[in-house]
Amino acid sequence: MALRQTIRIVAVSTIIMATAATGGSAFAQKKYDPGASDTEIKVGNIMPYSGPASAYGVIGHTEAAYFKMINDQGGINGRKVNFITYDDAYSPPKAVEHTRKLVESDEVLLIFNPLGTPSNTAIQKYLNAKKVPQLFVATGAAKWNDPKNFPWTMGWQPNYQDEAKIYAKYLLKEKPDAKVAVLYQNDDFGKDYVKGFKEGLGDKAKSMIVIEESYEISEPTIDSHVVKVKSSGADTLLNFTTPKFAAQTIKKVGELGWKPLHIVTNVSISVGAVMKPAGFEHGQGVLSAAYLKDGADPQWDNDPGMKKWMAFLTKYMPGANKTDGGHVYGYGAAQTLHKVLEMCGDNLTRENVMKQAASLKDLETDVSLPGVKINTSATDFAPFQQVQMMRFKGEKWELFGDVISSEATH
Amino acid sequence: MSTLDDTSTPAKVDAPAAIAAKPASLAFGRWATIVTIIALIVAPLLVRNFVIFQLTMVMIYGIAVLALNILTGGSGQFSLGQSAFYALGAYTSGILMEHFGINYALTLPIAGAVCFAAGFLFGFPALRLSGIYLALATFALAVAMPQLLKLGVFEEWTGGVQGLVVTKPDAPFGLPMSQDMWLYYFVLLITFVIYLLSVNLLKSRSGRAMMAIRDNEIAASAMGVDISLYKTLAFGISAGITGVAGGLGAIAVQFVAPDSYTFQLAIALFLGMVVGGVGWLPGSFAGAAFIVFVPNIAEGISKGLSGAFFGVLLFVVIYLVPHGARQGAIYAETLFNKLRRS
Repeated sequence: MALRQTIRIVAVSTIIMATAATGGSAFAQKKYDPGASDTEIKVGNIMPYSGPASAYGVIGHTEAAYFKMINDQGGINGRKVNFITYDDAYSPPKAVEHTRKLVESDEVLLIFNPLGTPSNTAIQKYLNAKKVPQLFVATGAAKWNDPKNFPWTMGWQPNYQDEAKIYAKYLLKEKPDAKVAVLYQNDDFGKDYVKGFKEGLGDKAKSMIVIEESYEISEPTIDSHVVKVKSSGADTLLNFTTPKFAAQTIKKVGELGWKPLHIVTNVSISVGAVMKPAGFEHGQGVLSAAYLKDGADPQWDNDPGMKKWMAFLTKYMPGANKTDGGHVYGYGAAQTLHKVLEMCGDNLTRENVMKQAASLKDLETDVSLPGVKINTSATDFAPFQQVQMMRFKGEKWELFGDVISSEATH
Repeated sequence: MSTLDDTSTPAKVDAPAAIAAKPASLAFGRWATIVTIIALIVAPLLVRNFVIFQLTMVMIYGIAVLALNILTGGSGQFSLGQSAFYALGAYTSGILMEHFGINYALTLPIAGAVCFAAGFLFGFPALRLSGIYLALATFALAVAMPQLLKLGVFEEWTGGVQGLVVTKPDAPFGLPMSQDMWLYYFVLLITFVIYLLSVNLLKSRSGRAMMAIRDNEIAASAMGVDISLYKTLAFGISAGITGVAGGLGAIAVQFVAPDSYTFQLAIALFLGMVVGGVGWLPGSFAGAAFIVFVPNIAEGISKGLSGAFFGVLLFVVIYLVPHGARQGAIYAETLFNKLRRS
């Protein structure tokens, strides 16, 4: 009897200590906000399943499949995740409508990974006024890391401006007398890159950049812009374009017999969707930076994290195109939320969700590059801040140099 | 609301039903009007804030569809460019509120005036075009607008690609109602005013002139109607009303950005007009409800195939009631009369 009692005391105190270490509250007291209960956690999401950006819809499908897998494995701390996702067709008014539906009608605990800078801007004020977490937004704009003014909004991926600064830093070191041509998409995405790149070059921006050329996302081909850029006499090309246009540019540059130092953005590094259509022979030596692994790259075939990702894809998304970067992205984002909800323990209040999301320490998802870690704090709402430079060789990307933290560039 | 029978396009409707129902239509119409008004006033007290927001959006899109209805149903001109005027109105309101601190209610007439001017001017080149050619010209307007709004020259005012965040107004005089409810009643009031003005316009001399142009331009001209004046006027009025709707939309959504006003919006408004019934003003609001709610229903059926299901639903509606909500209303009226007689 005495032994049993001792065991029980030990067990109870272990639980309390474990909760104290991982959760926020010292006692295993259950606290819930709308959207959480003993059996369920409701997570809301907005994705463009239709409309001009529908290619990103695969991220939402992957996240839904990820939480199905978690539920099959028993859920998070015994609670099933109810992932509710709506289609905003990349239209801000629709995003507002659906977000309000998620918060006021479906009563979700938090909004997770809504996609697109315009849609997120449209709902940011509302969610912060309602004190509902707008967690791990799927956009690389620099403005999501602003805990002072928007304590309920947090980014996820490395932001575009920081990435561009890393390229600037690389150029200043490797080729300080470069004659740079900048080719960018005429929207928030392209302009953020240009801004970061110029800031990174500092005073030398004026003398180094010889031409800035923009294109509209609605243009069918970018070839004429590439020809124009080449005629400027530049020997370095900064290619701030989305996948379709990046492939066209790499191909055209190759066909013209132009051999600039060519850097493409992290958004357009998919081997399957960019490098292969562009032609591997044209892509040799192209530079970029990455923070996630590429699902189509054979160098990760024996990587434990990517094996788990592959097993997930085979079981929960049969027939999925593994070269689509959206599958890697969605998996990584969903796993980050999984970790945060796990850390919340039984204290599933909106406040605690934000608190836990802001206390991630050296988290490595299955799909992050080796050495790239997620870190957040009460004053740092930018989870991914590290990337590694890489060069295209043969039929894959070869990483080189150290993992670079963008914080160092500020 | 059925006092509008004379604004309709009899030639395009299954005539027997419409004519047979006409004598009794006024009585039913009066009751229907009263019931509708009461329902509209009571509705926000019974539903959640988010549904109030949706109803507000229906009214706002309804005003925009109504504007298109005046243009197409009234003067017989096509437009696939209403999203451009909607955007212009939204940006006018947004910029005046955020950069100049002007009261939200006062920005609406300004937005309307700016859009009226823009529409009136656009009406002149439009004079030379008709039918599908006019539709294409206005289509160009809709496609160009989002890009113009992104131009660096205007960025200081428009916020460029990042758009403008607009502050939502509180209820005045310390009235104990939420922002959403206040905005609902505010939009309801404006909707009533615009609706009544539009009805009167179409019944007036100018309205009859427009309809004469719609039915036969040469005959109208022979009767002494100044064709170019009334055609451009119709464009101006339609654009002005759309601009007011755009301003209201900016206040309700609290955000304006180029991506909110793409060609998709122009198509949606056109769709709303066809579904509601071309030339039948109350139908505008039925059409607006269609474009707000039916995509959600389609998405509920299937995420991956939401567009396809939306197409199927649209096809069903067009096939079953080719004249839109107007036809539905006529059926309902006939049925109601039969029940009363028996």
